[in-house]
Amino acid sequence: MAVEFDNVVKAFGPVQVLHGVSFDLAPGRVVGLLGENGAGKSTLMKILAGYEGLSGGELRVAGAPARFDGPRAAEAQGIVMIHQEFALAEDLTIAQNIFLGHEKTRGLLLDDAAMRAETERVLQQVGLRKNPDTQVRHLIVAEKQLVEVAKALQRRARLLIMDEPTATLTPGETERLFALIAQLKADGVTVVYISHKLDEVERVTDEIVVMRDGRFVTRTETKNVTRQQMANLMVGRDLSDLYPPKTIAPIAAPLLKVQGLTVPGWAQDVGFEVAPGEILGFAGLVGAGRTELFEGLLGLRPASVERVELAGRELHIRSPRHAADHGLTYLSEDRKGKGLHVNFGLRENLTLMALSRYAAPWLKPDAERAALKSAVADFGIRTGSLEIPASSLSGGNQQKLALAKVLHPGPKVVVLDEPTRGVDVGAKRDIYFLIQRLANEGRAVIVVSSELMELIGICHRIVVMRAGRVQATLAAEQLTEEVLIAHATGTH
Amino acid sequence: MPQERTDSAAGSTAARPFAARLHGMGPVVGLVLLCIAGTLLNSDFATLDNAMNVLTRTAFIGIIAVGMCFVIISGGIDLSVGSMAALIAGSVILMMNALGAHGMSPVATVVLGAGFAVLLGAVFGLAHGLLITRGRIEPFIVTLGTLGIFRAYLTYLSNGGAITLDNNLADAYAPVYYGALLGVPIPVWVFLIVALVGALILNRTAYGRYVQAIGSNEQVARYAAVDVDRIKMLTYVLLGACVGIATLLYVPRLGSASPTTGLLWELEAIAAVIVGGTALKGGAGSITGTVVGAVLLSVISNILNLTSIISVYLNAAVQGFVIIVVAFMQRRR
Repeated sequence: MAVEFDNVVKAFGPVQVLHGVSFDLAPGRVVGLLGENGAGKSTLMKILAGYEGLSGGELRVAGAPARFDGPRAAEAQGIVMIHQEFALAEDLTIAQNIFLGHEKTRGLLLDDAAMRAETERVLQQVGLRKNPDTQVRHLIVAEKQLVEVAKALQRRARLLIMDEPTATLTPGETERLFALIAQLKADGVTVVYISHKLDEVERVTDEIVVMRDGRFVTRTETKNVTRQQMANLMVGRDLSDLYPPKTIAPIAAPLLKVQGLTVPGWAQDVGFEVAPGEILGFAGLVGAGRTELFEGLLGLRPASVERVELAGRELHIRSPRHAADHGLTYLSEDRKGKGLHVNFGLRENLTLMALSRYAAPWLKPDAERAALKSAVADFGIRTGSLEIPASSLSGGNQQKLALAKVLHPGPKVVVLDEPTRGVDVGAKRDIYFLIQRLANEGRAVIVVSSELMELIGICHRIVVMRAGRVQATLAAEQLTEEVLIAHATGTH
Repeated sequence: MPQERTDSAAGSTAARPFAARLHGMGPVVGLVLLCIAGTLLNSDFATLDNAMNVLTRTAFIGIIAVGMCFVIISGGIDLSVGSMAALIAGSVILMMNALGAHGMSPVATVVLGAGFAVLLGAVFGLAHGLLITRGRIEPFIVTLGTLGIFRAYLTYLSNGGAITLDNNLADAYAPVYYGALLGVPIPVWVFLIVALVGALILNRTAYGRYVQAIGSNEQVARYAAVDVDRIKMLTYVLLGACVGIATLLYVPRLGSASPTTGLLWELEAIAAVIVGGTALKGGAGSITGTVVGAVLLSVISNILNLTSIISVYLNAAVQGFVIIVVAFMQRRR
């Protein structure tokens, strides 16, 4: 399906986010849409998919001007967007979700049999082996992602927009998605692929379109540019090394020592230790139990543990509050659901974990404001005003705020779960340097990540988990992605 | 009162457009319009006597609504407050009568009885809080259960009739309801103090921030090391104590408790909170709005009493219309 953006302008109140963007999408092409967080990619795609209106300019679909008054209108034209944050009803089954709003009926009654059969077909197409009657709440994040793709397939999409589709997928699942994209392309479907993972963009796209600060920058055939050139085009300046230079792993008594941690259904008998100044990585496939392991350690899930030692003293952690009081904090991988109060202001989010510091006994908003001001400078949070809700920040800046929040109590040990998820290259680099600064300050830092390259790039040692158990603990020097994957998949 | 609204999303008042600010002022505008209408309809409306009368009647519901505001902002609900008030009233009267019969001085008895009312309310609230947080039962279910339990026990204690305060004690107790300080009745003073303290706790303490954080997103609050169970439990204790305070003001008014005492107070208190602009799903709300909401509801019945345009029998209907209209005006676009 051919789509043209002609001088598209979008403003939210006084804030203009798109300044006259013009380019077109040809049918049967896979187009990588690149840009830093806040470049306007998502907004532009939301306009195309009918979630947002235009403030100016024109959108032409198959040559005719289009103005969608909602995603359903766009879907009717075959334009479907798969969101970074999924729009699935957790209590409904896979089949019910796939047909939500488009239920098949026979007379007055729902035709469940036909919907199940159709669901089975599309699930097979995306390679998800699950019963269509499974409730979506029982799926892991990667499986939900595949359900979203299946939903789009069922709607017979002619133009598919994928926003960070592989952020939560394992290498195997990613391969399957790429095969699916190739198949869609062969069928003449246009695919818009938004991703910060440039190696994937390089592999899967035919051409790239680069946006910066709400403007179209350039478009080019993918084969004509290198990854480094893509990154430079996005940022608009030369990006030197992504990772900070490695420091030597410290030799010191461990600050946090965990023995025999078991989280029923997720992790069995896990032990590890991390020294002050050390960055310890946790690698593994999605579903390997890393997130659940740390949620169990913090008392957020039922768990049993033989022994936890923090700074040489035994500790029985009962709750996140208790852990924070003893200098251990955790950044959740789920920014919207567990990390930030998106409706709260920046200030209220920042100080929430260390609020007693500002209450004596009355809260001191001025002191909080001063703390926010310094955190904004310190963590490089880009925002126009300090008095806005967290939801107004772009993804990368929300992540920096979430980081500032878990570091605000001044923890000795900090666990960062997917600290760079859905974050652009520039912000990633900032976060890597921040992580190293934390270690240099003498904190013990634990990084859980599905991006193996970043673990190799910043960690001193890496614990590889598979199916709830520690598979290996490796020194990061001279470690390659291949070796890590081999351990994570058990093909070592 | 510190800070007009606690809705953190609103940000600085200066930055908000006029329309949005008007949006939050809905209940105040409604109250002003009602007062103008009342003044035009009956010359007795705009007198100091009538104003004090309205405020005194508002005090009971208003005090409970302040506690209810915390519960609702944290994402909970309490349906039992009317029955709780009745049971507290009955228990307190029985206790005071017994103490009086044992020769304790009336003033000391009244002081003890008042303290007992607040304590009993707090204990009931604690029971709610424990069942809801430790027992993991929905607040709606827990308080629906105690709604029946409390009132049934009062009916049992009173044998279906009334429990009446002894005369000498009633005389000693009367000033708590009928007395005035600087021309303002005691219940109005207490209402004012409870509202001020409530606003202070909600807007200017860590506890208040936690209550909002839990109501806005309990999961995020839990991950942010907020002691969710303790904070939620305390909102019910706070509400129970507010019910106790309201009851200790109410007892000297009639000097008795019966199975109809406090009937439907829970709905009036919840209505006051909602009319005041607090979202029923929690997260954000204001004590100022709640106070305005409570006053607004009792001004309606006062105007109906003073004028004959609409039958007094339709009081609840008019209040119902107002609740729906206010909710319509405040719905999120």
